[in-house]
Amino acid sequence: MDHSPNARAPLHNTGPLHRLSSLLYRKPNLYLALLLIPPLLWFGGVYFGSLLTLLWQGLYTFNDFSMTVTPTLTLANLAALFQPANYDIILRTLAMALAVSLASALLAFPIAYYMARHTQGKTKAFFYIAVMMPMWASYIVKAYAWTLLLAKGGVAQWFVDQFGLTAVLQLILGIPGVGGSTLSTSHLGRFLVFVYIWLPFMILPIQAALERLPPSLLQASADLGARPWQTFVQVTLPLSIPGIAAGSIFTFSLTLGDFIVPQLVGPPGFFIGSMVYVQQGAIGNMPMAAAFTLVPIVLVACYLAIVKRLGAFDAL
Amino acid sequence: MHSNPAASGQASWGLKLAAWAGLLFLHFPILIIFAYAFNTEDAAFSFPPQGFTLKWFSVTFARADVLEAIKLSLQIACVATLIAMFLGTLAAAALYRRDFFGKEGISLMLILPIALPGIVTGIALLSAFKTLGIEPGMFTIIVGHATFCVVIVYNNVIARFRRTSYSLIEASMDLGADGWQTFRYIILPNLGSALLAGGMLAFALSFDEIIVTTFTAGHERTLPLWLLNQLSRPRDVPVTNVVAMLVMLVTMLPILAAYYLTRGGESVAGSGGK
Repeated sequence: MDHSPNARAPLHNTGPLHRLSSLLYRKPNLYLALLLIPPLLWFGGVYFGSLLTLLWQGLYTFNDFSMTVTPTLTLANLAALFQPANYDIILRTLAMALAVSLASALLAFPIAYYMARHTQGKTKAFFYIAVMMPMWASYIVKAYAWTLLLAKGGVAQWFVDQFGLTAVLQLILGIPGVGGSTLSTSHLGRFLVFVYIWLPFMILPIQAALERLPPSLLQASADLGARPWQTFVQVTLPLSIPGIAAGSIFTFSLTLGDFIVPQLVGPPGFFIGSMVYVQQGAIGNMPMAAAFTLVPIVLVACYLAIVKRLGAFDAL
Repeated sequence: MHSNPAASGQASWGLKLAAWAGLLFLHFPILIIFAYAFNTEDAAFSFPPQGFTLKWFSVTFARADVLEAIKLSLQIACVATLIAMFLGTLAAAALYRRDFFGKEGISLMLILPIALPGIVTGIALLSAFKTLGIEPGMFTIIVGHATFCVVIVYNNVIARFRRTSYSLIEASMDLGADGWQTFRYIILPNLGSALLAGGMLAFALSFDEIIVTTFTAGHERTLPLWLLNQLSRPRDVPVTNVVAMLVMLVTMLPILAAYYLTRGGESVAGSGGK
């Protein structure tokens, strides 16, 4: 490594930096270890340390009368998850997460398909940025925008009135399990907000999956006599499943842990996130809150195991 | 961008309509926020807006609580971004080329803070801080933000590493540069824009984060927490609207910048043209 110095780049072939970099070059394992130590320390110490502390605290005892936590180990918190009231919360959240994922996939597919198959160059870049910007735009402001949209006398109502759809809206809001007294206090309203906020997370993976689909496959399908519709159902759609599955990881997981949107829009009734938040904050029952965080962890783990089989991880 | 042979077919008008309607759906609420920031009305949010004014901007910037929240959020985002850039770059440099035991596990570990719901990260950090007797405040917020920002920088930097041909590094070494010089004159200039893009995205993510922050903030109030608190104060709507628009801008503009810094991703630097 000790050649004559190059005329352009200033060289310091004898300095300590040189000796250090030569040593690291000769000992790649040392080099690798030095690179890995800071991130491993941070994630191992801060992140995993915290996760383990949390899970451990899920076994502590909370005294309902004195409202204090004692470090006596118990399984009562875990057992309490299966009480009907808590079970309801879990089911409500799970149903919303699944509904939001499904609706996002249906809405995202045409956009992703158009982006991947019918745009090029500048138009493709435009679509890409037009999806990225709302995705990154502030979460809390997007949620706030929807409280404005759905409020009494707000934008949604103005449009409904303009098009004379008041009766239709009332009919929809009357459906049990979907509706509510007003748009902003209905399940439908909350569902709309969730779909809006997580939709871009679904569009981009589907678009990427469709982008990777080799055009020769579609030509082969057409050559073999398939109509465009048959090609779509038998070739395009199955090959875009990994993208849909990858996108649904985000829509599912993000809906499952959310406690801000349920607090701002929709009928009363806890979500998993709101339950964790209230147990920890207002009640001060950290063990129960910790036990409750196990629910999204387990559900997300199960979900990941399912979508892994659909090829989601190759499409991330 | 490659030309796409399959794109030659004309899209049906139904597909076209669905795609453009989808884009409109994504942008409409954002446009509403921009419209209301200039609304003359001072209490409710009726539609259409009543008139145009810039009055609320001066009102907002005279509010000490708003300025304090902005200052706190900027400080946190800056420090968290710097930590994330440091850790993310190291992780990317370690993982991009060599195979070793546990490599998959490490990349999974980096993604975990954003793959698990934010509430898990938030309450886990809080329980650890409480156990260690650390009072929640600016320091704990920064620790939380840095943890989930690492993966953003890591993704950007490792993508650039993979696109940088290794022969560039070998050529540099062959021409007599040592490891440090190769890093300084070859690798760093190549990484620069990806690092900057990752940093800006991390900044936007930290500036806007609310779920983890709710748990780690203690008595501090970042801008998103200030906004959330405002939502239960209907009398203050005009100020809320102006701040909402500003937050929207701070989080959206880095996307544009990051896009221009990292575009042209198809070609591999140093692979002799493509």
